[in-house]
Amino acid sequence: MMDVALPAVAVFLLLNLVAGMLRVYRGPTLADRMLAALLFSTTTVAILLLMAEWMAMPALRHVALLFVMLASILSLAFVGLPRDADEEDT
Amino acid sequence: MSVEEGIALLFLLAGCAFYLAGTIGLLRFPDVFCRLHALTKADNVGLGLVCVGLALLSGQARVASMLLLIWLVGLLAATVSAHLIARHAYERDAPPEHEGPS
Repeated sequence: MMDVALPAVAVFLLLNLVAGMLRVYRGPTLADRMLAALLFSTTTVAILLLMAEWMAMPALRHVALLFVMLASILSLAFVGLPRDADEEDT
Repeated sequence: MSVEEGIALLFLLAGCAFYLAGTIGLLRFPDVFCRLHALTKADNVGLGLVCVGLALLSGQARVASMLLLIWLVGLLAATVSAHLIARHAYERDAPPEHEGPS
């Protein structure tokens, strides 16, 4: 039963990712597109953890931990963009 | 399907519900600040619930502590991101149209 539920949850999270892409396309400002990157980071971590449990590969949990640590650096880099580089792309 | 797996399944489904709420919030909310608020809060509760479900499934204490660590670092990442992006968006554009608590 569990080896059906885990992939189903993982696929559902993937569909969430695809829905997040809509915000990337429509997002007026750069910050909106950055939000989709945030969504990607947390959702990817959850998918990795599900796969670690489903495929019994403990190494994937360390990958998920790495992803979570990178998530905060993601927004640091975004805020650190030079002023003119992050103008709204009209 | 033992009772433990059932409970874990409930946690996983609750986590999915919060992820869905986060995604809907991301798509439907009017401006950056509402989306940021919805996204960082809902997704982390979803991640926490998924971690609890998986910890129940795995049963080993080492795995549960690893999942707890991942969730805590996730919370840290979300707060840092939310604060930085909100300040960045606030400085660049006009203050949000609706009268925020100035």
